[in-house]
Amino acid sequence: MLVGVIPFGLVAGATPSARGLGGGAAIGFSTIVFAGASQLAAIDVLGDGGSAIVAVLAACTINLRMLLYSASLAPHLAGVPLRRRLTAAYLLTDQAYALSISRWTASDRPPLDAADRVAYYFGTAVPLWVGWNLATIAGVLVGAALPESLPLDFAVPMVFLVLLVPAVTSWPAVAAVVAGGGAAVVAAELGFGGVAILAGAVCGIAAGVVGELVAER
Amino acid sequence: MSGTWVAILLSGVGTYAMRASFVAFADRLTELPPGVLRVLRQIPPAALASIVVPAMIRPDGQVDLWQPRLAAGLVATLVAWRTRNVAVTLVVGIGVLMLLDAL
Repeated sequence: MLVGVIPFGLVAGATPSARGLGGGAAIGFSTIVFAGASQLAAIDVLGDGGSAIVAVLAACTINLRMLLYSASLAPHLAGVPLRRRLTAAYLLTDQAYALSISRWTASDRPPLDAADRVAYYFGTAVPLWVGWNLATIAGVLVGAALPESLPLDFAVPMVFLVLLVPAVTSWPAVAAVVAGGGAAVVAAELGFGGVAILAGAVCGIAAGVVGELVAER
Repeated sequence: MSGTWVAILLSGVGTYAMRASFVAFADRLTELPPGVLRVLRQIPPAALASIVVPAMIRPDGQVDLWQPRLAAGLVATLVAWRTRNVAVTLVVGIGVLMLLDAL
């Protein structure tokens, strides 16, 4: 997981400078927002001269899935002190979620008590945070030296592809992908800019819900 | 404060709120209503597709189905499906794209 984070972090560090926002913004995004694709989406909006509000909307749409992760982890964290849970929330990422939930719910390995679950979570989440921010700083430093021919921006869809593919486990999920991707493209064609992702997500969620209801008939 | 930093701070606050949403109330959480779970379940495929699909079929601001990013993306989809590995998918996807760009 960490290996995938490094090139992605380099992109997050190099892109803000390339788009005229400066290296400080890159580090601000990586420490304060700490969610790669949403950072790049916001940077894209700002780099195109879009407003801060549209950038925030794009970033928050991409991070909507954190709601699902939070809901999925919460039952396993009952009894953990609030301060630790709030720290854990700050470090929540796709990778930390995926690794933790699969270990916490593994039936072929010894079950963990709440303290061990939290320890396991931080054991995955903290290295990811450190790796992400070191890679961002490296990206800020080497950004200008990277060859123009290296299509680093393509790292974003690649990382999301690896998350998307295993999420397509049912026909309703296929409907969500087709409607979400299709609506995002149509909205972009219509000039929605950064809001296109939100439009896509809303349509995709609606299609998935309808798909599930139809499948249950 | 510049617009960039306003965007960073508000994105950070919004993202943290979503991360903490359920985790913060873990102690008082009862079972979520099935309707809420149903909506939450659709978020990953819908939100991820709304990023991935435009990046592949509309890379330069217009829909174009005959260009290297879609071809590289399809190869990478196959690799992601078979390996589930971020690093391998990244290297293959970017490698195929560079190869096609060089042709």
